[in-house]
Amino acid sequence: MTVHTPIVGTSVPKRDAKEKVLGQARYIADMTRPGMLHGAILQSHVAHARILGYDVSEALKVPGVHAVLTGDDVGDFRMGAFVKDETAIAKEKILYLGEPVAAVAADDEETARYAARLIKVAVEELPGVFSPEEALAPGAPILHEKLESYFKVFPAVCGGNLLSQTEITEGDVAKAWAECDIIVEGEYETQPQYHLSMEPCGALSEIDVDGRITLWSANQSVFRVQANVCESLGLPMSRLRCLTPKVGAGFGNKMEPHIQPICVALTMKTGRPVKMILNRAEDMETVRARHPFKVKMKTGAKKDGTLVAREVEALLDGGAFGDDSPGVLGYSLLMARGPYRIPNARCFGRVAYTNKMRFGAFRGFGNPQVSLAGETQIDQIADKLGIDHFEIRLKNALKDGERWFGGQLLKSNGLIECIEKARAASESVKHLKSQAAKGKLRGRGIAVGGHISGLLATGAIVRLLEDGTAVLNTGAVDIGQGSDTVLTQLCAETLRLPLDKVALASPDTDGSPYNWGTTASRVTYTTGRAVVAASKDVERQIKDHAAAMLNTTPDQLELRDGGFVGIKGSNTQLPYLAVSARAHWGVGGPIVGTNTLVFDTPTIDPKHGAATGLPFGQIGVFSFCAMVCEVDIDETTGKVEPVRAWYAADVGKAINPRLVEVQMEGGFVQGMGFALTEELVWEGPRLVNPNLRDYKAPTMLDAPYDIHTQIVEHPEPDGPCGAKGVGEISLVPVPAAIANAIADAAGIHLTQLPFTPERVLNAMLAKKS
Amino acid sequence: MRRTKQASPLITLSINGNDHMAVVKPFTTLLQVLRDQLGLTGAKCGCNQGVCGACTVLIDGKPARACLSLAANCTGRQIVTIEGVGSVAQPSRVQQAFIDAGAVQCGFCTPGMVLSSESLLAENPKPSVAEIRTALSGNLCRCTGYKRIIEAVRLASKAEAQP
Repeated sequence: MTVHTPIVGTSVPKRDAKEKVLGQARYIADMTRPGMLHGAILQSHVAHARILGYDVSEALKVPGVHAVLTGDDVGDFRMGAFVKDETAIAKEKILYLGEPVAAVAADDEETARYAARLIKVAVEELPGVFSPEEALAPGAPILHEKLESYFKVFPAVCGGNLLSQTEITEGDVAKAWAECDIIVEGEYETQPQYHLSMEPCGALSEIDVDGRITLWSANQSVFRVQANVCESLGLPMSRLRCLTPKVGAGFGNKMEPHIQPICVALTMKTGRPVKMILNRAEDMETVRARHPFKVKMKTGAKKDGTLVAREVEALLDGGAFGDDSPGVLGYSLLMARGPYRIPNARCFGRVAYTNKMRFGAFRGFGNPQVSLAGETQIDQIADKLGIDHFEIRLKNALKDGERWFGGQLLKSNGLIECIEKARAASESVKHLKSQAAKGKLRGRGIAVGGHISGLLATGAIVRLLEDGTAVLNTGAVDIGQGSDTVLTQLCAETLRLPLDKVALASPDTDGSPYNWGTTASRVTYTTGRAVVAASKDVERQIKDHAAAMLNTTPDQLELRDGGFVGIKGSNTQLPYLAVSARAHWGVGGPIVGTNTLVFDTPTIDPKHGAATGLPFGQIGVFSFCAMVCEVDIDETTGKVEPVRAWYAADVGKAINPRLVEVQMEGGFVQGMGFALTEELVWEGPRLVNPNLRDYKAPTMLDAPYDIHTQIVEHPEPDGPCGAKGVGEISLVPVPAAIANAIADAAGIHLTQLPFTPERVLNAMLAKKS
Repeated sequence: MRRTKQASPLITLSINGNDHMAVVKPFTTLLQVLRDQLGLTGAKCGCNQGVCGACTVLIDGKPARACLSLAANCTGRQIVTIEGVGSVAQPSRVQQAFIDAGAVQCGFCTPGMVLSSESLLAENPKPSVAEIRTALSGNLCRCTGYKRIIEAVRLASKAEAQP
């Protein structure tokens, strides 16, 4: 027997930790190129207008200015993940206040910013719409007059300012209400949340003598950057190579385009390298944010707590461009039944264009918003029936072999274990309301959730180098969460190589296999599958060579730690070096293992559910989570302070347990900010708090230190070593758990996020009177 | 007139123990000098408003916002950036603790976090959790949830001081 020391399942340090602590990691803003210019944008001062013309003469007179870009410089090419409605820069119309309407390339940033302000844009101002209700009202001014002619990647139900409409049903809700002993109803409202990745968005592009462009940018997918830039500038994809430096986090904001198309257009116009780094205000005003939701929800149950029916109607503000809105809408409706057995459900929703910055993907993708409604209603039903909050969830939780809303079979489901583990951990700390400090009320809330990991295509290439070490290439962007480390662990484990003998290629649209992106909690699961399969392809080739060299058959061979292939039950073995040398110099050619795949399990099974207007047919496998949160409420100010949180998440298999735990901890604090303090505030057309002073994200003083995490492992049959994702599930239940904790502490049921001191205090006062 | 040429004075700044010449206007910030003139890009520009702490450097041992510090005011003072803390061969005990505790995610806040932690431990070698939270409350992190960073500082405070 040879000894195998596992690499998967161990908390090895992140590959890039050392360069980051030393300040040596290079992000987009740290890059320069010879002859590089700096770009800056001019933002619109109106929210909705027709562009009549530009006067760029003053800007061009400024010494050091090389070019000005306006909508006249780009053709009528449109990009978009679901509905292709967005030009590289405002063209013909302005659709929101702050939208980039012109840009300047100059010798330095200060000159570019100064010159941009000298550009005059003549406009015919139009009335705007600033809420989905206004947008969908009869006679409302229309943002996209040519919506009908835009290309759509799915059969969208749209028209006027209606961007997308989706409905998913199972059973017969109308009939089911009669079977219910108890029904709860509510209306919920959530606010726009800013991603606040610490690194603002930026890009740097250059062009060679043949007109081929190279683009580095802060992004979550070099392939989505390539697609968006080429679509919006009418370029063949073969003309654009996209790369990535280190990325200072992305929570959805860097998946679809930000400044890249404008940066490339300036490079094409000047023939020079151009770098554009958004300042914090521009990043807040022009990139994207979490969708504001209005949710009407009704849930019915029998006396014993058995859930019978749920009906949901959601209305989303999509902002000025489609972006990921149809996806967020459809996905949130798929999640709105929760991880429960509710035989009758109808979830319907619409998303509308408004004259605001686009709303798009943000960790959770619509799930936290609907979970707030769903999980608070579960508690209300339990309270009215006198059932324990854990028990009602255990009773109705989906089990292995049951189906998600719409009909997809669940092959791995650790939800019940998550609930039991979170319960046991929280109950090990006695819940004494009297423990709260004087003037404070203490409460605990539970919430659970399910979330996918998956979606779309990915690939991996593993090359065995001449000396028997390996290099892995996936095209997946590590946005800080540690996927480079996790994917390397999977490759090293499969090939029995030490971690430092597996190199990782940086994502490159020229050299990497397609990877849709670092989003949808998908890299560990989806790309991990490709990495394991490509590594096994290498293993097969190693064994074929070794069998010939050792005069045996491949099935008699095994891979051994340190990079050896040997005959089972014997000491005879070869180093990979010998095998790779044979392949390189003698027989067969260098060993390259490859795999590509696309997630292809249907979401809707017509035997169980039906959907219209759903923008994706195959979403992914399911991770689960349960959490308990303890809060204190200041009776005088209404301020809510999270004291502790207990998490348990089913991730199939933790490839790197510590990285899984950090996802839970980070997800809690970002979710806590969403629940309590964070809000992008629009007053009419204007975003009034585009800075970090007036936008309140949790600091170290706000976040509880006591975040207790537990990993539950119900292996996903086709996951890499059984793994599935954790990135988003960690945030999904947080607002609901905090809402339920507030209800426990003060007996008030809040329905509008964020739970500001003012809202909490008003609700407490209203309850008293 | 804003764009007229004016003579930009040359100043000398002491950074990481070495003197560096920099060309500055009255409103040039220390962060601009570090990043654009000296190639010291470890200090990050997160908000340019003194809120996020990504640009933290030490000025005479105290954490300071490089984005709000005018370069011209920094002459004659000892400036330490992340590049002056530890080395590839020997990271500082704080840096090593950040690696060991798993306190690094996207890394954009990390240089500032490390410098604020270095300053805290220099003044208070055995800080409580409450003292750590207060000392680092001016450094935003959006990835970790802060717990691992607190643990890193505790780990560093337990590690034996290096010679």
